[in-house]
Amino acid sequence: MDIVVLLKQVPATESIIAVGGDGKSIKTDDLKWVISPYDEFAVEEALRIREGQGGKVTILTVGPDKATEAVRTALAMGADEGVLINDPAALACDGLGVARILAAALKQMPFDLVIAGQRAVDDDNYLVGTAVAEYMGIPNISMVNREEIADGKIKCRQTIEGGTVTLEADLPVLFTTQRGLNEPRYASLPGIMKAKKKPLETKSLADLGIDAATLQPVTAIAALQPPPERKGGRIIEGETAAEKAAELVKLLSEEAKVL
Amino acid sequence: MSVLAIAEQRDGTFRKVTYEVVSEARRVADSLGTDLAAVVLGSGVEAIAGELGKYGADKVLVADHPALAEQITEPYTNVIADIAGKQSAEVLVIGASSQGKDLAARLAARLNAGLAMDCVAVTVEGGNVAATRPMYGGKVLAEVALNGSPKIVAVRPNAMSITENPKDGSVEKLDVDPGEGRLRFVEKKLETEKVELTEADVIVSGGRGMGGSDYTLVEGLAEVLGAAVGASRSAVDEGWRPHSDQVGQTGKTVSPNLYVACGISGAIQHLAGMSSSKVIVAINKDPEAPIFSKADYGIVGDLFEIVPLVTEEIKKRKG
Repeated sequence: MDIVVLLKQVPATESIIAVGGDGKSIKTDDLKWVISPYDEFAVEEALRIREGQGGKVTILTVGPDKATEAVRTALAMGADEGVLINDPAALACDGLGVARILAAALKQMPFDLVIAGQRAVDDDNYLVGTAVAEYMGIPNISMVNREEIADGKIKCRQTIEGGTVTLEADLPVLFTTQRGLNEPRYASLPGIMKAKKKPLETKSLADLGIDAATLQPVTAIAALQPPPERKGGRIIEGETAAEKAAELVKLLSEEAKVL
Repeated sequence: MSVLAIAEQRDGTFRKVTYEVVSEARRVADSLGTDLAAVVLGSGVEAIAGELGKYGADKVLVADHPALAEQITEPYTNVIADIAGKQSAEVLVIGASSQGKDLAARLAARLNAGLAMDCVAVTVEGGNVAATRPMYGGKVLAEVALNGSPKIVAVRPNAMSITENPKDGSVEKLDVDPGEGRLRFVEKKLETEKVELTEADVIVSGGRGMGGSDYTLVEGLAEVLGAAVGASRSAVDEGWRPHSDQVGQTGKTVSPNLYVACGISGAIQHLAGMSSSKVIVAINKDPEAPIFSKADYGIVGDLFEIVPLVTEEIKKRKG
């Protein structure tokens, strides 16, 4: 079973995100960069499938030089090979552009299954994985919290509002991960040592036969802003807990008018 | 040129987000000076379609086919892409529900459409369409300009107001081809009693301060408020609550009218996920907890004492 995991390096979720001087991007000094949490689920699930069925796990990402660290981390978790598409033109793309690049790279490698995070927790676009499936002409199943592979078929349980839906398809398929799918392992020290020797190939758009002119973005960030500041901090006083509770309910009803 | 509002129905009932989608699509259509067609996909859904005229649909296109009974991205994409072409759609408005997000993404790739996912506002100026959407779990708001034709705006559930604006809403049944059906439906399981967090008007959440998996107090308060129950990441990581309850940057981003945080200190990821709530209440024994800086009303105290008292007060007030 050849499994490809689509991965993105993002700022750690504990980061404070501030708008940069151009008003269109974020300040990246002092940020800690990690594998997007939903992509970690993807790496873990790929490893578990390989452990059960044999095969190979390849990590595929688009990113700058520092994205190498994220790929190495995935290799240290146990993935077999990494491919980093590192090209200035790739970094200027929108989500559909990135999906086109990933699809072009996938066309150069054998795969039975592609796993991606449901979203990267930076852009929160919920777009790239599904768009890759469309460009590859394969079915996709989103937000999967359980999967089962047998006889060339995959059965996936996806979360929907208030419940789940289970779908089945013949491989190849792309599915995206949902929280609850698994608990990602940490990279072990021997894993980290081994990862240094695992193949990590860097490719340019030219290597993929992509003309950057075909990656014309259809979305553009015009401005970034911090969310409206909340005027919090009002503490309800009272002699007893009962007084505080009564005052809160009165305020919610008469002042905030939300009851 | 036209605007399409993609309705979402489940088992013959429109999801609440559908009315938000049609209302918002009406506003977009008016700004562009064009007609609005609502699109209803499903099996045996013709009877419910006409209702969308009430929210501003000039006509309602019905794609009725056994293969569309369940919302599955691929056949839905095939049908909607075909309709978008035939209707010369300029803008598609879709509800950013779990399945709606996937549908919007696959359609964007199919149609090479500029997509704004999970938007909280849409603006049309001089024919240009832009949308406001949270990024980094709500730590930043992005203004996204959409190019290409058509454009897709996937609107966040609970973010757009529902407006009655009666139009003709004449129902037109279409001949549709859902395609080969590579995804086979196996089963659907629903917790019927559960209020979905992303759609809830009121949410009561419990965090590490709950001290264990007994959420009776939080559930009691939620019940009198008609609220959904949420949780912080630590409560989920402890195994006290299911993953689907997690509010925050790596869980669900919510914007209810009222958010009550019980025993939640307020990690930055959690604050990002709930800061767009209209009114926030925090109950926590630590006066230094960061949650208080975001809360409109805070009570410093033991949640095990305070929460039942609040529940009783609300019961009294509601009679």
